[in-house]
Amino acid sequence: MEELVKATVIVELKDGVLDPQGQAIQQLLVQRGYSQIEQVRVGKKVEFELSGVSVEQGRTMLAEVADKLLANPIIEQYRIELE
Amino acid sequence: MSIAVVTFPGSNCDRDCVHVLQNIVGAPTVQVFHKETGLHGVSGVLVPGGFSYGDYLRAGALAKVSPIMPAIRRFADAGGPVLGICNGFQILCEAGLLPGALMLNRNLRFISRWVGMRVENCDTIYTRHLWQGQIVRMPMAHAEGNFTADPETIAALEANQQVIFRYVEPVRADAPDGNPNGSINSIAGIVNDAGNVLGMMPHPDRASEEIIGSTDGLPIFRAFAEAALNSVRLEHSF
Repeated sequence: MEELVKATVIVELKDGVLDPQGQAIQQLLVQRGYSQIEQVRVGKKVEFELSGVSVEQGRTMLAEVADKLLANPIIEQYRIELE
Repeated sequence: MSIAVVTFPGSNCDRDCVHVLQNIVGAPTVQVFHKETGLHGVSGVLVPGGFSYGDYLRAGALAKVSPIMPAIRRFADAGGPVLGICNGFQILCEAGLLPGALMLNRNLRFISRWVGMRVENCDTIYTRHLWQGQIVRMPMAHAEGNFTADPETIAALEANQQVIFRYVEPVRADAPDGNPNGSINSIAGIVNDAGNVLGMMPHPDRASEEIIGSTDGLPIFRAFAEAALNSVRLEHSF
């Protein structure tokens, strides 16, 4: 059985891009007494299982997928984690 | 010569746009499904509103990798008129045919109501039947219409008069800029630098008949159809 490479791509808004969802969550939490929460940023986690590729090939492929589709470079950045 | 209205899975204003073009403007119109790879030699392309691919990932993100998109890109690059309305605007931004991005509305709500826009540039193939500074009224219906781009892009859009429509509130002649969704500089619609691709969030297709409350959108369809059908035939067939 071929070994699966598990990978995660985290897509998040770039620093400085306003995150209205994060703001709404932060404000609500502060209202509920969690006054230590100064900032909340919401992102997306996309999980992959890859077969027939090495970890390095997987990384290259997912970078391409992230550039083409998963992240919009105007507002978002991403990072890839593989195991 | 005809105009293509492109249907993605989840498009829901495609039939409305066909109705306006075909039955009101009188322009021959064909529906093109997103799985096709050619545009049948049409001379105008309309990317309609809706929720292509359920807005999964980001509004317009999955549509940009649809089989029809390379043909639309070639058509736009050759100078053909491409009009994107609402989700169509989001798709054209995602595909890079228009600059910027449409983010979640500032108030996190899906906003569905009538809105006013000021015509900021009447010297385009889309707005030549409107006048400079005219206030037009049409429905908006979106959750992701918050236009954003980096400061250099915004400055270039403003300097080149590529901002075509700006939200105003209330709807009256001397109304100040309005901002229902958080868009930078109240931007509601832009053209690309060549002027042949227009994207706008509000719906001219829902404001083209007296019986539904406004005909302010009709001059845009008329101008678009004229630009498409009277244009010198493009050299290549798409």
